[in-house]
Amino acid sequence: MEIVLENFTKRFGDLTVIENMNLKIKEGEMLALLGPSGCGKSTTLFAICGIHRVDEGRVLFGGQDVTRVPTQQRNIGVVFQSYALYPHMTVAQNIAFPLTVRHEDKQTIKKKVGEMAELVHIEELLGRRPEQLSGGQQQRVALARALIRKPGALLLDEPLANLDAKLRLEMRSEIRRVQLETGISAVLVTHDQVEAMSMSDRIAIMKDGKILQVASPNEMYQRPENDFIAGFLGNPPIAFLDGIISAGNVKISSGNIEFPCPENIEKHPDGSHISVGIRPEFYQPGNPYKIPGTVSFVEIQGRENLYDIKLKDGNLLRSIQSANVSPLSPGTKVDWGVNPEQLFFFDNSGKRL
Amino acid sequence: MSHNFKNWPIVTGLTLVTIPILFMYVFLFVDTVTDTLPGEMIPNRFTLEHWRFLWENIEGKASVWLAMLNTMIFASSVTLIVLSVSSTASYAISRLNIPFRKEFMAGILMLHAFPSITLIIAIFLILQMVGLYNTLIGVILVKASLQLPLGIWIMKGFYDSVPWEIEMAGIQDGASRFTVWYRLVLPQVRPGFFALGLFSFLEGWSEYILPAVLAPANDVQMLSVYLASLIADDQHFDFNLFKSVGLFYAIPVIIFYLFFQDKLMNIYGGGTKG
Repeated sequence: MEIVLENFTKRFGDLTVIENMNLKIKEGEMLALLGPSGCGKSTTLFAICGIHRVDEGRVLFGGQDVTRVPTQQRNIGVVFQSYALYPHMTVAQNIAFPLTVRHEDKQTIKKKVGEMAELVHIEELLGRRPEQLSGGQQQRVALARALIRKPGALLLDEPLANLDAKLRLEMRSEIRRVQLETGISAVLVTHDQVEAMSMSDRIAIMKDGKILQVASPNEMYQRPENDFIAGFLGNPPIAFLDGIISAGNVKISSGNIEFPCPENIEKHPDGSHISVGIRPEFYQPGNPYKIPGTVSFVEIQGRENLYDIKLKDGNLLRSIQSANVSPLSPGTKVDWGVNPEQLFFFDNSGKRL
Repeated sequence: MSHNFKNWPIVTGLTLVTIPILFMYVFLFVDTVTDTLPGEMIPNRFTLEHWRFLWENIEGKASVWLAMLNTMIFASSVTLIVLSVSSTASYAISRLNIPFRKEFMAGILMLHAFPSITLIIAIFLILQMVGLYNTLIGVILVKASLQLPLGIWIMKGFYDSVPWEIEMAGIQDGASRFTVWYRLVLPQVRPGFFALGLFSFLEGWSEYILPAVLAPANDVQMLSVYLASLIADDQHFDFNLFKSVGLFYAIPVIIFYLFFQDKLMNIYGGGTKG
């Protein structure tokens, strides 16, 4: 089912949290709403499922206006951050609840619960109570409960936030597998860029109640529209240096380097200040334009080593390098460089050039 | 498990302070089946004479079984009213967006702070006017309404601790607000519900002043009033009879405790997790 938000506005009292948002979730895709806490992503989610009233604008499900349709009739499955399993019911009763309240007959319910348990691999847990399950298992139960009545869409509110690191990895692929197997449209709310990038078809990145960019994970990483997006995606994060354009060249004062403008910023007027974004994977020993500095911090991650490089004027660059060579120790002077083609340039409003 | 403290000082201390109380209980029982004189430690003879109220009526009084029945009806009705009203009212106060919620809650607290004895004359007059004086219904209504503020207050506390997400999930699963309350939220506050029920029943069972003032007649008399009337007369009072009736009066409460003690112990142990 296709979901469309049209000029969606949400206020809490006098505070406008989201203003005039437009968003389209395509049939069968997984869209991630990514952004820092408090940016309105959960609010958006709750507007789609109907728990929050929409103050202005419309919500369309498959072309049909459901703005005033009560939650119960919207047929949307939701997985909450805390899973919100019913503690007094067994796993089977939990999964069956959406059907029980619809008074479906016992035989059908039993069959469907079985199918769902099989889909999320919890067949042997049906008789247990939620408190006897691990976080990952609770998550699977919540997923099964959300999916059992074949909802038009699946909404996931920070589904992995309460899991430990290893389970998170496992459930990431599990949720994606279930979503692909059922072919359901899904919205994933998360503040974790890795989750968003690894699980979804498209990412909508949000800040202060506004959607900044909607694009595929790859597209968004390669071509972020502004410095906030560039800074939000990627771990370790991108580093920014101040630059200035003069006579067709980009001058980066802190690195004391100068190189000809790449074509995308050629037309920019002389003397304008820009910000240069350098991703850690593009600040490497072999590159032509050297920015010398001193290693200030080393993080050894096994396969890779991560270096913080302090430049002469105090600015910081990051570099990530394969751990084939033995790691440098802090204090070592390095002379690594950049390649202009691989850099991002942002004007002083933050927009990428 | 090994103890990191010594047991015997605690046990000795507790025994010392418990012995006098234990003694009182023992002699309460002993006196109901003997004619032991006050101050005597050795029971003199066995007799069931003091329990005669069980099979014959005490002079000028109705049957003790009728009093027992009245008390039972009174305590159960009060419990039923308190439970049904406070479990719904406090849900509304805790979760529904109703106007004057805060003011209402403050009002309830005020009511609870009021000693009910100060209202008794007004209540008496009102019951007389509406014709409920000397009826069970009248005294039940009065007792239940005086119990309600506390009940609502307690239940609200329990409802407040139920996570919102359970309700959101229920609504999302297609349940109506009523179903969500009945099938999902109420089970989470069960410990509170049971405790409130039990306390209401015991409160009703031991209530004296309201029935004494509002329903003193023989046919609606309750055990507490019946008991008190045994020693109300200065001329002939029978302490052993009084003790026997008192024991009889306490037995249902003791049975109740035995049945529900694990529920009571568990009041705050239930609740929800994660």
